[in-house]
Amino acid sequence: MSSSPSLNTWSDALSGFSIGWFPLGLVIVAVIPLVFIALYALTYGVYGERKISAFMQDRLGPMEVGFWGILQTLADILKLLQKEDIVPTAADKFLFVIGPGILFVGSFLAFAVLPFGPAFIGADLNVGLFYAVGIVAIEVVGILAAGWGSNNKWALYGAVRSVAQIVSYEIPASIALLCAAMLAGTLSMQQITVMQTGPGGFMHWFLFNNPIAWLPFLIYFISSLAETNRAPFDIPEAESELVAGYFTEYSGMKFAVIFLAEYGSMFMVSAVLAVAFLGGWASPLPNIGGLHLNDMTSGPAWGAFWIIMKGFFFIFVQMWLRWTLPRLRVDQLMYLCWKVLTPFALIAFVLTAVWEIYR
Amino acid sequence: MSEYFSNIKTGATTIATGMGITLKHFFNAVKRKGDAGIDDADYFRQVDGLCTLQYPKEAIPTPPHGRYRLYVNIDDCIGCCQCERACPVECITIETIKTTADDLAVCGKTAGGQQKRMWVPVFDIDTAKCMTCGICQSVCPTDCIYHTPVADFSEFNVKNMLYHFGNLSKIEAEAKKKKLAEQQAQAAKEKAAAGAAGAPAAKPAPRPAPKPAPQQKEGEA
Repeated sequence: MSSSPSLNTWSDALSGFSIGWFPLGLVIVAVIPLVFIALYALTYGVYGERKISAFMQDRLGPMEVGFWGILQTLADILKLLQKEDIVPTAADKFLFVIGPGILFVGSFLAFAVLPFGPAFIGADLNVGLFYAVGIVAIEVVGILAAGWGSNNKWALYGAVRSVAQIVSYEIPASIALLCAAMLAGTLSMQQITVMQTGPGGFMHWFLFNNPIAWLPFLIYFISSLAETNRAPFDIPEAESELVAGYFTEYSGMKFAVIFLAEYGSMFMVSAVLAVAFLGGWASPLPNIGGLHLNDMTSGPAWGAFWIIMKGFFFIFVQMWLRWTLPRLRVDQLMYLCWKVLTPFALIAFVLTAVWEIYR
Repeated sequence: MSEYFSNIKTGATTIATGMGITLKHFFNAVKRKGDAGIDDADYFRQVDGLCTLQYPKEAIPTPPHGRYRLYVNIDDCIGCCQCERACPVECITIETIKTTADDLAVCGKTAGGQQKRMWVPVFDIDTAKCMTCGICQSVCPTDCIYHTPVADFSEFNVKNMLYHFGNLSKIEAEAKKKKLAEQQAQAAKEKAAAGAAGAPAAKPAPRPAPKPAPQQKEGEA
């Protein structure tokens, strides 16, 4: 599995920990990313988005609940829990109820291959990158179930547009990640990260290591915005156009689950981007002369810190873009995917191959 | 073909410009923009920053001559009911009781020296209905009803928006009414007796009706 002897120490230890026949350690391994998503979505996700969007719009954002509004998300969660769980009479009950579930499961399953540091990864697959890109496609089933099951024309339009968008943008996204896999020579997430570690800090990262990685980096970033239905590609959930898109009919806890799924996939694509191009859990600080900054900021806990910070940085950029750009029309969206991103992704693919051959 | 590339270039440059503007606003969030109005000399010299005012902790004060919540100085009210008749939305409800002759001193005078001849047990204003037109303020002869600059007086219970300015309790009002009724009954009896006695001989002396005193000081503060 892992060639370096010091990798995955914590998750291997946890997976061996069982109480009798019950694999408690494995459950803990699965629960840690779930708890992480919940915590981050509650604090940085919702609160951060509201505050960042407010500051960019010269407003204050939540200020009343708790100090500087920090408890606002908790109040919102309590409110959502108390809301009446409405299932429309004419809705297809099975699809309606299962839609958010599949959506969340699809976005959460990709966390199995995210390395939260050198010592922790849910499943160190040697096809981790391929798995991460592929498993997100389950979200499409969830969106269709939610949109069709709602028995609502806006929900259906939103779902159809969302599916078209996600399926189309998976192509440039996959090609861009394929460039990163070519640079690393492997699809395993831990190995890709290990190849970007070194005493030079950020100099070893694929983004700075070669003259061509900026192109797949940019292409994957834009495609990931479309994958997570994030502005400017938020046609499926355009409030002013489709009420709320495919989750118009959802209230209370189901809405909270869809919300959590969206913030979960936001972090996931940011983390995949960080792993593929920005060194994952590798420290950015270089060893300068006698000051071994890189060694001082590397380790299991430091690794977790770095990848989470990189993920949060890209989430900030996603929020920044959301509150800067107007929404793309659905034909502009398709034009961008098929006529701009896909050709450039293929060009990047060829150039990366050339670089790899003649390196 | 070149249009394709120039489109991409335009897209990239405009996105970058937009993101620069947004980021500038994000970092300006530590400053507060002033609340200068358009007539202020400093309107264009305000720094870029947050422009939210956290009401009610920070509020632009209402002008001192603002026409907001009504107030009645009941000691000056002569019970003429002009404000009740003038109100376009009929938000004022007044009930008056005529004072008996011996109660005039108790009833007292207005601040301008005018003798009050009516008790005002009920003077209700439904401030939820009041549309702050100021007509009641214009027609009041003693200037006892006026708008105050208090603009924020919302209540949780709408019944609390009915303000009571009357200065007699129910028991006192009942007592005054009884007293007035007794006096009027007494007066009617005396009139009947005098009428029966002096009917063949002399006309009954006309009873002088109480008239308000002609000196009325207008324009008191």
